[in-house]
Formats: sequence, structure tokens, C-alpha cells
Amino acid sequence: MEDMHEIVKAYVIDEYVEDDTEITYDTPLISGGIVDSFSMVSLKRFLENKYNISIPDDKATPEAFDSVNKICLLVKEYIA
Amino acid sequence: MAYSDKTRGMYSDILTGLQEAGLYKMERFIHSPQAADIEVEFPTGSSLKKVINICANNYLGLSSHPDVVKAAHEGLDTHGYGMSSVRFICGTQDIHRKLETMVTEFLGTEDTILFPSCMDANAGVFEAVLTKDDVMISDRLVHASIIDGIRLCSAMHDTFKHSDMAHLESKLQLHHDKRLKMVITDGVFSMDGDTAKLDEMAALCEKYDALLFVDDSHASGFIGKTGRGTHEKYGVMGKMDIITTTFGKGLGGASGGCVSGRKELVEMCRQKARPYLFSNTIAPPVVAGVIKVLEILSATTERRDKLEKNTEFWRKGLTEAGFVLKEGDTPIVPVMLFNAKLSQDVSRDLYSEGIYAIGFFFPVVPQGQARIRTQISAGHEIHHLEKALDAFIKVGKKYDILGKSKQEIIEMYGM
Repeated sequence: MEDMHEIVKAYVIDEYVEDDTEITYDTPLISGGIVDSFSMVSLKRFLENKYNISIPDDKATPEAFDSVNKICLLVKEYIA
Repeated sequence: MAYSDKTRGMYSDILTGLQEAGLYKMERFIHSPQAADIEVEFPTGSSLKKVINICANNYLGLSSHPDVVKAAHEGLDTHGYGMSSVRFICGTQDIHRKLETMVTEFLGTEDTILFPSCMDANAGVFEAVLTKDDVMISDRLVHASIIDGIRLCSAMHDTFKHSDMAHLESKLQLHHDKRLKMVITDGVFSMDGDTAKLDEMAALCEKYDALLFVDDSHASGFIGKTGRGTHEKYGVMGKMDIITTTFGKGLGGASGGCVSGRKELVEMCRQKARPYLFSNTIAPPVVAGVIKVLEILSATTERRDKLEKNTEFWRKGLTEAGFVLKEGDTPIVPVMLFNAKLSQDVSRDLYSEGIYAIGFFFPVVPQGQARIRTQISAGHEIHHLEKALDAFIKVGKKYDILGKSKQEIIEMYGM
């Protein structure tokens, strides 16, 4: 299985980064202004489709989506 | 009274902060009708200065057209000043319905509903026609009024990269399971002056069974061969599900807007759109003025043809002078300066030369993309544009930016 961190990071770069901003696993995505709260929805849907999970809306908070590391922690909670 | 010194101080600090950040907006008082030649009091209290206006949305030069002014006078005489009612109680006159019918015919849609402004149309339309089971997929550069309307709607919201059709298609695939999908875009993007690829978007919407929404505020009346809008330019008249537009720009410049499109969607707005239900509609003199505007534009394409020629002249002149422009073919011609302070300095110097043009910088446009946004009008004569061009060249020489590339300007002045 591909590394989840790399998959999520690649998606974030492809989806949201339009210049040469460097993204690490700890880069603040939402509080850092890279992902706006509107655009979180596509990230949530991507994760749900990719890992065949359902993330409750009240768990998909800006805090929980604020870095690649945090996103991966959240996803792992819901993988059977 | 609960407006304490503490509360007053809090707001004063916020306003001071805006001033210090260079984000404080100052109004300039115009003492003449809106036109190519205007008289301006700026700074406040100074004597009037005659300048050429190249920053109005007066694309067709109809804001002070004598026939439109006359029609508004007549509307005032025959239908009064105001309605003192929302539409569905006792605020609908024969001329409101007449204007809706004329707009429907002009845009090539099925039906139309008027709103007090296009801001209101965009604020009300999404919540009126979509539910939490649906998804709105919008271009990332849509107008602020659309963003506000999206925020007021319970449907899911996603975005696609500006004018990126492959990205839009991936989003339509991602949200395939939604009850309804609505793709949302501006027709002409107001800051860059580029147009949405409505032919490709219509094809994608057909392929993925999605609705297509376009805000054509910066297009209605002059984009397309007969000025019907961006959908005419791209050959997809009749394929738009919803068009919102304004009467506050090319179509007379006063106020008011509308939602035009599929008759059931328009009817949903009539039943559910809150800005329609809970505010007065357009005042009778303005309705009469817009009716005259549509009569003028339906009779001849003379004004949009002149606008097209003026735009070509302006764009060619600036390009040959060596300015960096945003590419496009609409009357919105952004002169790129990249640096915020430079955009303010150039705007100030142009004003000294008798040219009224405003510098835009972050957060109105992205960081490092400061510019002077020029807007051409059919109300401009060639002598206006020649004088404006001379002033741009003089100021451009002063700052040594003529013939310089984006990179060179950034090296000289920074982002």
C-alpha cells in the first residue's frame, strides 16, 4: 500500500498549491491559508473515496485537517 | 446608550489599522453625470478637476444617454417614484413584468425575475434552487457576491482551479453521487477581463448531468456579436440554466439585477429567494430606463461595435507602448504593475495628468499582481483614448517600466 502521507501530500499540492510553496507533513494547511475552509470538502471527499471510509462532518474540522500528519491520524481512525 | 468609549475605541483601532495597512477606501466625489469626461472633487474639499474616466463599468456609455434619461423621466411621471412594497404584495407594475419579458428575450432564456441588485440575485438564487443533497462547484475566481450566495446555501460547496476544465471534470466525477450538481462561473472575470470557456463547460455539464450557472454582469450588452453575453460569444445561447446579471454596468449603470434561465428555476426564486421576498424591487424610473436601454441595444449593435473598436485601439496602444497587460479581448484591460505601492503611485500620477484610473492590489487581487484596471467604454472617443495613452506613456517613462518584462518590473520595485 502506498504511503498515506505521500498520497495526501500529493493531493494537497495538486489541488491547492498554485505556486512553488513547499509542503511538509507539518505545514499548516488551513490556518496557513493554503487550503480555504470552502475547499476542505473536496479533500474530505477524496479521502472518503480513496480509503472507503465515512468521516462524520463534526470530525472534519479545520483543526483536524490542518496538516498532512493530522489528516492521516484522522483517516486512520476510520479505516477498519 | 451602550456605545461606550471602549466600544468606540475598538472600532477606531480597527479603522486605524485599515489605514495603516493601506486598505482604507476613500470615496472621490464626482460632481457631474457619469461619462467619459467627469468633474471630480479629490481630495475632499479641493476644487473640481476635469478628468477622463477609464475605470467605470459604463461599458456602453449609456449611464447618461439622453434617451435613457428621458425614458426614466417619463417612467417617473407615469409610474411614480417608489412602490412601498415587495413584489408579491403590491409592488409589481406592468413595467416590471415588461422588463422581465424583454430580458428573457434579450438573453435567450425561458424566464426572468428582477432583483434589487445582482448582489441580491446571487445572494438568493442558490438557496432557492438547491438543498443539502446537492453540490455547487465554482471557479476559484468568482465574484464576491457569488461567494456570499454560496455561503447562504445549504448545498455542499467545492471549487475548481480558474478556467481549468480538466480540474472541473474531476470535480464533476468526484461528486457524481449528488442529487444535483451546479457548475458556477463568472462570464467575464472582473479583475482579469478573461472569459469563461462556456462552450467547454456546457459540454461537461451535459456529459455529467450538471446545471450551469453564469454571472454575466461584466458581459451583458456587449460581449458576443449582438451583445447578448458570454454565452453568445461561445455559441451556447439556450444552454445556460441560470444567468444572473446587473443593470448597474453596461445596461444603463443605475441599479438592479436579475436571475434569468429555466422557467422552473426562476419560479423557485419567485417563491423562495429571500432578497426578492423581503425587499423592494427596482424603482419605476430605473425600470423605465432599463427598458429603453434594451430597446436601444435590440435595435442596433452600434454601441457594442464601437466598444470593440475602442478596446482594440486601447489594447494595441498600451501593448506598443511596452506595458505588460493581462491577455484578453474584453473592455477590461488590466495594466500589470505587480507592486502595490507602484500601482498607487501610477494611479496618483495619472490623475495629475487628468486620467482617472484606480490601482488594485492585495487582497482585491492576489499578492504580487497589483495593477491599474482600465475599463473602456463606447462613450469614449478616440481623442479620450489618445490623451489617456499619452498620460500612461508619460507616467510609464517616469517609472521606467515601458518595455520591461514582469520579472524586470518585479526586480525594480519588488512584489
